[in-house]
Amino acid sequence: MNLDPQRFREAGQSALADPGLKVALGRLKTHFALGRTRAVARYAGDWEELREQGRAIRDYALSRLDSLLETFERNLMARGGRVHWARDAQEARDIVLGILRQNGARSIIKGKSMVSEEIGLNLFLEANGIAPVETDLGEYIVQLREEPPSHIIAPAFHLSKEQVANTFRWSHTDLDPSRLLVERSALVSEARSVLRARFESADAGITGANFLAADEGAAVLVTNEGNGDLSRLLPKTHIVLTGIEKIVADLDDAAVLLRLLTRSATGQEISSYVSVMLGPRSPGQTDGPENFHVVLVDNGRSKLIGTEAEEVLRCIRCAACLNHCPVYAAVGGHAYGATYTGPIGAALNPGLMGVRMAHHHPNASTFCGRCAEVCPVKIPLPKIMRHWRAREYASGLAPKTMVMGVSLWAFFAKRPAFYRAAAKIAARVLKTFGGRAGTIASLPLLNGWFAVRDFPAPQGKTFHELWSERNDGAR
Amino acid sequence: MIARPKVGLFVTCLVDLVRPQIGFAAIKLLERAGCDVGVPVQTCCGQPAWNSGADRHAADLARRVIDAFEPFDYVVAPSGSCAGMIKRHYPEIFEGDAAYGSKTRALAEKTHELLSFLVNVRGMQDVVAECSGLRACYHDSCSSLREMDVTDEPRDLLSSVRGLELAELNEPEVCCGFGGLFSVKYPEISERMADDKIADMQSTGATLVLGADLGCLLHLKGRMQRNGIAMEVRHIAEVLAGMTDDPPLGAADT
Repeated sequence: MNLDPQRFREAGQSALADPGLKVALGRLKTHFALGRTRAVARYAGDWEELREQGRAIRDYALSRLDSLLETFERNLMARGGRVHWARDAQEARDIVLGILRQNGARSIIKGKSMVSEEIGLNLFLEANGIAPVETDLGEYIVQLREEPPSHIIAPAFHLSKEQVANTFRWSHTDLDPSRLLVERSALVSEARSVLRARFESADAGITGANFLAADEGAAVLVTNEGNGDLSRLLPKTHIVLTGIEKIVADLDDAAVLLRLLTRSATGQEISSYVSVMLGPRSPGQTDGPENFHVVLVDNGRSKLIGTEAEEVLRCIRCAACLNHCPVYAAVGGHAYGATYTGPIGAALNPGLMGVRMAHHHPNASTFCGRCAEVCPVKIPLPKIMRHWRAREYASGLAPKTMVMGVSLWAFFAKRPAFYRAAAKIAARVLKTFGGRAGTIASLPLLNGWFAVRDFPAPQGKTFHELWSERNDGAR
Repeated sequence: MIARPKVGLFVTCLVDLVRPQIGFAAIKLLERAGCDVGVPVQTCCGQPAWNSGADRHAADLARRVIDAFEPFDYVVAPSGSCAGMIKRHYPEIFEGDAAYGSKTRALAEKTHELLSFLVNVRGMQDVVAECSGLRACYHDSCSSLREMDVTDEPRDLLSSVRGLELAELNEPEVCCGFGGLFSVKYPEISERMADDKIADMQSTGATLVLGADLGCLLHLKGRMQRNGIAMEVRHIAEVLAGMTDDPPLGAADT
């Protein structure tokens, strides 16, 4: 398990050598990418127009982030909800712990929240004597395995059914060891019955939110399993933990984004559940939490506003970019050693954790551009990755060998006469190296290329050489 | 349509070094399409620097290209990647630049990938070429596909090559794993992507792989050579121009 983004390359190598992971990742195409393609094709309106609308909604919100968040707070407070502002991960963890302690909560159930992963909430609560239980099936599985999620919307995507069955056998030791755990449905119903008891005894529930609607002071949660509603409705205290960038002007805007989100994420027209959370239970209501808290986490987001990476904050966490990324499909999520993986991780992580820490993520891209093509809010992901590469280069953090190579090459490329002379020699030398087979199997200083492939030998003369020969002859 | 436009050929540094024949094939096609072709002094478009984040080097190289190609009616490159660099990324480099901003936009406006230029600007519908009894597949480069919007043009022209049977890949839109310096920085990931692409190519029953970006082709052919896979690889311009007498990429002279 890689928890260090600086070890991306090594972790990626191990991931590539894992045949089970290869099978699991092969399902990205059939499970997610195909579903999205079909959902977009079925969409009755103009999908490109909807994307443009989504982009505009997100840009509007980001341009008025502060005032919209204050409007949200005001409107939620008017109904008895509390809003907490966390500048960084430590503040966010402390706020959550404080709320739990204040309410004497010891047994905690959680809906899936990437911000919770981002701030390392579970380990922190455990260290403080509180044991949170994840209730999203995938998240529950990875929690039992003491792993982080490997995919933004499908935390256990890297696992096979058999691995899940084994995990349940190690963990649910009070159940009959001879029970059958072959079918998916058996796994789901076992998790459901184990978690049911947890729901009933929980003191507090923690969930994320997909959107915050300022005008209504409402938090919107999109789920498929029903665990989100149980987590937020059954316990006395509900904490919504989310990033400040989730704000939009109103529920109408959220509804547009919802259309984009479910189709882009799972290929659904709509998710099984869309919960609009308006605050604590009001007098006369028979269900809902008595205490309702929203913890708004900045943790590096606001400092991206006004920079070249700002557009990354449009993200609605659908994971379409992961599902269409050939690099993610090769190494999976854990290789990244970070909460956010794939193209969105590559564009976001250097902003959140620094260019040095996350330097591999924006570099590990061919800039093939499929991520930007499928992004429902039109984030120019390769452009932002390139921005981080430029920051890395400008601050002297790029690998020395690469900087030397690029500088040497640029020296020649800026001097055409030198360049031509050098290319002329190189073409001849390489042709000779290629020999009768026409293939070069290795060359000094180019280990990266020759580690996995040969180099087809050149024809022997450069184009410019032949072009001048031809023109001289014609004269 | 300009009757006899002056086209500046952007040869590309890889074609210059590795396979000049692609440049001559491009010239033959452009001349057949009624163009006067010139080759101004040039080295590289600067994309390796730009993608490495070496912005100053990229800008230095871009300025040279912008100046050198200013006199031409069009700039044409036998590569979606280099054409994409000039058309899509030069304007990013010089955004808000008083001296080069407008010159850059003018250059971007008249820059084309070879096949797209032949079909969409020059109205070419067919070629005079023969490639008897060969089953080929066409590899779309990501930059041709997504930066230059080239999809049908190569297929339309290939369909007019006599004797050539064209097979489609299952996943033509998936990257082959070249990605310039990516192929050197993350060889193992690049390897997996190449192997997936090559497997897709083999599954079509094709014996000839055609593409419009030499970078992808060197990477794929190099991987085939390493694994002893005997598919022939050529730039599409060679086939369209009827210049297939020379051995394919990475095969020695006989």
